[in-house]
Amino acid sequence: MSEITPEIVAAHSITPDEYERIVSILGREPNLTELGIFSVMWSEHCSYKSSRVHLKKLPTRGRHVVQGPGENAGIVSLGRDAEGQEWCIAFKIESHNHPSFIEPFQGAATGVGGILRDIFTMGARPIAVMDALRFGPLDDEATGARNRRILDGVVHGIAHYGNCFGVPTVGGETVFEPSYSGNPLVNVFALGIAHRDKIFYGRACGVGNPVIYVGARTGRDGIHGATMASGEFTEESKQKRPNVQVGDPFMEKLLLEACLEAMETGAVAGIQDMGAAGLTCSTCEMGSRAGTGIEIDLMHVPQREEGMTPYEIMLSESQERMLLVAHQGREQEVLEVFRKWGLDARIIGHVTGDGMMRVKNHGVVVAEIPSRQLADEAPVYHRPYTKPLREVPLEAPEFASADLTADLFTLAGSQDLCDKRWIWEQYDFMVRTNTVLGPGGDAAVLRIKETGTMIAMSLDGNGRYCYLDPREGTKLIVAECARNLACVGAEPVGATNNLNFGNPERPEIMAQIVEAIEGMAEACEFFETPITGGNVSLYNETLGEAIFPTPVIGLVGTMPLMEPPGTGFRAPGRAIYLIGGTGEADEIRMGGTQYAKQVLNRLWGLPPQLDMQLEKRVQAAVREMVREGAVESAHDISDGGLAWCLAECTFPRETGARVELDADLRPELLLFHEGPSRVVVSTAQPALVEQIAARHGAPAVRIGETGGSELVICNRGAELIRARVRDLKRRWCTALEEWLHAGQEIHA
Amino acid sequence: MKFGVVVFPGSNCDHDAWHAAGRVAGHEAEFLWHNDATVRGVDCVILPGGFSYGDYLRCGAIAKFSPVMEAVKRHAREGGLVLGICNGFQILTECGLLPGALIRNRGLNFICKPVRLRVETSNSPFTCAYEKGQEAVIPIAHGEGCYVADERTLDELEAEDRIAFRYLENPNGSLRDIAGILNRERNVLGMMPHPERAVEPLLGSSDGLGVFHSLARCFAERAR
Repeated sequence: MSEITPEIVAAHSITPDEYERIVSILGREPNLTELGIFSVMWSEHCSYKSSRVHLKKLPTRGRHVVQGPGENAGIVSLGRDAEGQEWCIAFKIESHNHPSFIEPFQGAATGVGGILRDIFTMGARPIAVMDALRFGPLDDEATGARNRRILDGVVHGIAHYGNCFGVPTVGGETVFEPSYSGNPLVNVFALGIAHRDKIFYGRACGVGNPVIYVGARTGRDGIHGATMASGEFTEESKQKRPNVQVGDPFMEKLLLEACLEAMETGAVAGIQDMGAAGLTCSTCEMGSRAGTGIEIDLMHVPQREEGMTPYEIMLSESQERMLLVAHQGREQEVLEVFRKWGLDARIIGHVTGDGMMRVKNHGVVVAEIPSRQLADEAPVYHRPYTKPLREVPLEAPEFASADLTADLFTLAGSQDLCDKRWIWEQYDFMVRTNTVLGPGGDAAVLRIKETGTMIAMSLDGNGRYCYLDPREGTKLIVAECARNLACVGAEPVGATNNLNFGNPERPEIMAQIVEAIEGMAEACEFFETPITGGNVSLYNETLGEAIFPTPVIGLVGTMPLMEPPGTGFRAPGRAIYLIGGTGEADEIRMGGTQYAKQVLNRLWGLPPQLDMQLEKRVQAAVREMVREGAVESAHDISDGGLAWCLAECTFPRETGARVELDADLRPELLLFHEGPSRVVVSTAQPALVEQIAARHGAPAVRIGETGGSELVICNRGAELIRARVRDLKRRWCTALEEWLHAGQEIHA
Repeated sequence: MKFGVVVFPGSNCDHDAWHAAGRVAGHEAEFLWHNDATVRGVDCVILPGGFSYGDYLRCGAIAKFSPVMEAVKRHAREGGLVLGICNGFQILTECGLLPGALIRNRGLNFICKPVRLRVETSNSPFTCAYEKGQEAVIPIAHGEGCYVADERTLDELEAEDRIAFRYLENPNGSLRDIAGILNRERNVLGMMPHPERAVEPLLGSSDGLGVFHSLARCFAERAR
């Protein structure tokens, strides 16, 4: 065995202190394979070493929570069906940011594949996916062409994987910002349904039980980047492959069906997917969770190419693989199921009682590490933090609109607010026939056949708000996510988060992380949305420029079987109410709005002010209005403010509106400020709406009436906006494709 | 009446078809495994949507060699009913039960959306519950749904009243706006739109229920 030099240690991104710790855990120097194993398990991605101390601040318990963080996915109970069977949902969000930059199509595709495996490894059949995407501006002179290529590749990758696998992509969000040019974000939120009694965990229970490898063969793809830097390694390795994994959705579909069928037999004791850090992560985590050990022999691992070293096999991130522990004596039942689905399944080892992860190659021990220390006792860093990075002024610039209607058209055609149909029509959003409300609305709504009830999902992030104030910005995101659920009538039951930030070793970035997590903790506590799991993605930086701090929240809610209102006005002659009132704003709090971004091209000040008590009352009122059938449409005010919200309400049926406001705010603020806790509803039962609002102590202001072919907005008699709905809608509908094709004409 | 939904390893609309035929339309419905060379005496075989064997080669190109397709062909020859939806339609053209082929959408992208169709004939077991000329909103979800065939075949399809559905706004470049066709004996229908996704008003449309009602009516008449 070759000697480990400080250079090799450094090439594995292991600090001298961490190396000392490894030596003390092992009681000896590690060999290269063991070093590689430690390096992936103690990487930021697997160990959360920079964020762990802060993640503990998040609320994780709730009435409905069955399984919180620490497993492959969180689990929340949906209650019992008519026959008394209890059903649960398993959900989690995960990022695949870096791979999507290197190779957008495969990066995004394998991102979808990875999170789907996390769901079905719990015994849950995936029934929905949503994506939060962030790209650089499509029209940027220097990076636009690349940004367009990345967007195109990511969308095709998601479509390719999700459509073939057979899971509907029911919504998401796509936002553009220069800070994502070198660091696009691809966060995938997946959800599945499981029987409470048939939830499976990643635990290697039962000493002597066989350990079975299932799925795709192991190749050299995705091997830890650090290995490329190891000179030692070059001589052993015949060939270098880029660190890109390739996805095979058909293989994943086979794995899904076979795993669920194998679980049905009762012969499965535990199961975990091989995602990041592949075989290494699954063997040590399964042992660690069960307080056992796992011994495997690599000669039994199905391999795609010859001459792979133990190091390579243990660190490979080949996709579509699972590790499964069967009950001793019943392994044939499991193998039989996999044979039926045409999959490779091999017994590669067994569960031991000594707590060691022992890896042999042709009978010779090549790695021997205590599972628990490897999996759970990774170093934890209390990284120093100062004040969150922000390099923009607090004071607002002078601004005055020359033409408010023109400003509204600018918003309609902007990359952030324009219609994203070109993206989501490429996703099968209906397969499995549960999609009641698909992409394009405030929240997606799915019927659950098993329980005869429905769930709603929403996904939100806002890098600008969080850049201006990570704590308040994150609270606003949680509030908006919950408000989206209220608009379709759902009650939040659980949440998952994806924390996307720059380099945590910079104190001003670490401060963003800490403040965002604390803000999230406060809001999730308040809105009773426990975090049941999630993902942290750090080091999203290029040439020292970090992304805007981008925590993303995925929220799940439940509701009875009903037809939820959409966001759009349904008929003329209906009263329009602004639940929550016109809100408060000043120039400083305009700085993070879409108006500031799209119309003024500026960023300054602070995010909108959130009053959580008011927010909760508004949400409760709107939820009840929706459930009582008191409103025909409900749409929350967020990006773009009141005027943009009203515009979106007019689009689906091209039903115009005349709105008369009575407010002190100057027009730019009144129309475009993004103060939260506000929802626009239309109703044929105004008395009922007022009554419900009053009962919850939520302001309800009647602001106008639907009808006509124009959107007209006045304040105290002065006309501020007059736009033909059809023209505004056309701008909104055609903008994305124009942005995408803008570059091609230049090159043609 | 009994439906059999074929399960290829990559089928992903099999449960949806089973749900529509069984739970919603209220018929008996069971699954048929791709490796079994039998349709187990069902009255109507549904070849569901999905990616039968991954479809990395060409949609349906491998499925036509599967054991169950031998049985499906026999079933069709004997006058049994076969409904191919989306990938099922692709398989039916690959194995020669229906003429023509389905190629990449003209716009090159996968498209998922509800589309407006016109029912072109009510003279078939699959469409007899519709009025000829009736409009129906049924979703599509495919990347390779552009129907092509030579001119003679297209003329023949028209002359023999074998075009079951046409798109009102052609989404994929299909020749003559064809969305679904019948075989000469009229007991095999292939269509790209998904009628099983349009059987419940809660999900946006129940216009696809007519296909299942038609089959039930025709079956009842045959039995009489």
